[in-house]
Amino acid sequence: MSRILKFNLNGNPAEVKVGEADTLLEALREGLAFTSPKCGCNHGDCGACTVIVNGDAVKSCTVIALTAEGKNVWTVDGLAKGGKLHPVQKAFHEYGAPQCGYCTPGMVMAAVAFLNRHPSLSSLTEEEVKDALSGNLCRCGGYKKYAQAVIAAARGDFGPLPEQEGSGKNV
Amino acid sequence: MYNSVGKRIPRYDGIGHVTGRTQYVSDVTMPGMLVCKTLRCPYHKARIKSVDVSAAKKSPGVYAVITKDDVPHNLFAMVPDHHVLAEEITRYKGQNIAAVAAVSRDAALDALAAIEIEYEELEPVIDPEEAIKDGAPQVRPEGNNHLFDGNSLTRKIRRGNIEDGFKEADFIVGGRYTTPSQEHAPMETCCSVAYVDASDKLVIHSKAQGLYFAQGDLANVFQLPLNKLKFVGGTIGGGFGGMNSIHTDHIAGLLALATGRPVRFALTREEEMLFSTIRTPWIFEIKDGIRKDGVITARHVKVLHDCGAYTELGLYAVEKNANLIAGANRIENLAVDSRMVYTNKMPSGSMRGFGVNVGQYAEQVQLDRLAHAVGISPMEIRFINAFRTGDKNHTGNELAAVSTIETLQKVAAMSGQKLPEKYLAMSSGSAG
Repeated sequence: MSRILKFNLNGNPAEVKVGEADTLLEALREGLAFTSPKCGCNHGDCGACTVIVNGDAVKSCTVIALTAEGKNVWTVDGLAKGGKLHPVQKAFHEYGAPQCGYCTPGMVMAAVAFLNRHPSLSSLTEEEVKDALSGNLCRCGGYKKYAQAVIAAARGDFGPLPEQEGSGKNV
Repeated sequence: MYNSVGKRIPRYDGIGHVTGRTQYVSDVTMPGMLVCKTLRCPYHKARIKSVDVSAAKKSPGVYAVITKDDVPHNLFAMVPDHHVLAEEITRYKGQNIAAVAAVSRDAALDALAAIEIEYEELEPVIDPEEAIKDGAPQVRPEGNNHLFDGNSLTRKIRRGNIEDGFKEADFIVGGRYTTPSQEHAPMETCCSVAYVDASDKLVIHSKAQGLYFAQGDLANVFQLPLNKLKFVGGTIGGGFGGMNSIHTDHIAGLLALATGRPVRFALTREEEMLFSTIRTPWIFEIKDGIRKDGVITARHVKVLHDCGAYTELGLYAVEKNANLIAGANRIENLAVDSRMVYTNKMPSGSMRGFGVNVGQYAEQVQLDRLAHAVGISPMEIRFINAFRTGDKNHTGNELAAVSTIETLQKVAAMSGQKLPEKYLAMSSGSAG
C-alpha cells in the first residue's frame, strides 16, 4: 500500500508517494530525485545517507519514510543559499577533506547538526568532533582533514555559522 | 613557470562534492529505468542440474530473465575465463547464474524467487595449500595449478647459483609469511546504468577504472562492434582497484539489450563484500644465506598465490610479485619460484599495489630477522645490501635513478634514529 508523505524539505513543502516499508532515503533519492544522500550500506553503518530531521542528524536509510510526516528535513542541497556555501562546506573544500566525495554530503550534515547543537563552540574539543563524525565512514581515509575542518568552521574561520534558515536550527 | 607546483589549488570537483551536486553512477536515473537483481549460487561449488525461468518470466513487472544461453559470448575478464552467467559448474559462492530486469526491486526479487533451480552441491577446496595437493577437489577441469606457459608449475626467476651462495653464508635464515583476503569496500558499491540510445548504441554508465579495458572486453561479450558500445565514466565513490574488474556492466548491458529499456544493476553492500573480486591470499617462504658482515649471499623465495576460482588479475599480480619480491637488495644468487593455484573463492582482483605490497611485507620482515641473526641493526642490513644506480635488478635490467640509500637516510631522520657516519656519507649514485 502506497501513501502520500507530506513534509518540509530544505524549507519547502514536499510530498511524495511512498510504500509503508520505504525508507526516508528511498523517498528522497527515488521518489524526489534528491541524490545527495548516498546509499553506502543500507544498514545505518556508514552514514553516507545522513540528513537532518527536526535538528537531529539521522541515517535516512534507517528511518521509515512515513515517520517523517510533517517534519523538517534538510539535505546538503538546502545549505548553500544563492551559491553562498555554509561555513562547513567552505571548510571541507578549503581543507581538501573530500577525496572521492561519496561520504561528503553525509559528513556535512553530521557536522552541521553537531555544531548547531553544541552549547559552547568556543570550548569545542577535537575529541567531541571525532565523536560527532564517528558514525560517518570515509574509505579514502579523510578523517583528519574532516575533523580539522569542523574545528576551523566552529572557530569562525569561514564566517559566522548561520542561525536561521538552512542551519537546521530553525527546526 | 609553473601554475600549480608548490601552491594550494582548489580541487576542480570540490564544490560539487560539498554541495552534493556531484553525480555518481548510482545517482544516474532515466525514465522507465528497470532494476536488475541476480540469482547467485549459494554454494562454494555446485553442479547446476536444471534451471527453469519460465515462471519467473511471467512474474508481474518482469521485462527479462536471462541465463547463460542468452549471453552472445559467455566469457569475460582480463584473462577471459570467467563466465558472465554460470555454465554447468559454479566455482565460487555468489557466482551469478541468472539475471532479472523488472520494474522495481521487489518485482525483481519476486521473479528471482520464482526461478526453479536444482543444484548438486560439490566438494569445494578453500585452502590454497590443500588445493595444490594431489587428489584435492578440482576447481577447474584443467586442474587447480596454473601452468605457466602452458607447462610449468612455477614462474621462475634465476640469478647466479643459490647453492653456491648458501655455501658462502655464515647463517641460514628461513621465514614464512602469509597475507589474508582483503575487500576494497568502496563507499559506493559497484553500479551500472545501461541503455540503448536512439542510434542503437549500447551506452553503459560505468564505475570501471579502466573504461577501455571494459569496453573491449564487453564488446566481445555482447558481440557488438566498438562503435556500437559506449562507456560513460565519471566520478566514482571509490574504487581502490576493485573496479578494474567487471561486476555489473556486463549484466546491465545484456539486460538493456534484451529489454530495450534502461537498466540499473547496483550491488548491495553484502554483494560487494562477499562476491566481488578481492586482494586474495598469499603465502611466502623465504630462505636466505647471510654472511657475518651482513651481505646476503643467497635467497630462495617460494610464492603461492591463491587466485580464487577465475584468473581475473591473478597472473598480473604474480608477475609483479615475482619481479619485486627480492626487494631493493643486491642479491647475486637468487631463485624465485612462484605458483598460482585456483580455489573455490571469489577471484583475485587488483587492489592498491596488488602483488607488490604483500611481497614487501614479507621481504621487509625477513630483512629484520636477518639483521637479528647477524647482530646488526635493521638499518645497517638495508644499507649494506642496498641497490645502487647502475646495478642490475633481479631480472637483469640495469637500474637508473636509484634512491634506496637516500630513502633509508630519510626514514632514519624521520624516525629519530642516529646513523653512523659511514651510512650518512653513502649515496645511491656512488660505487660501493
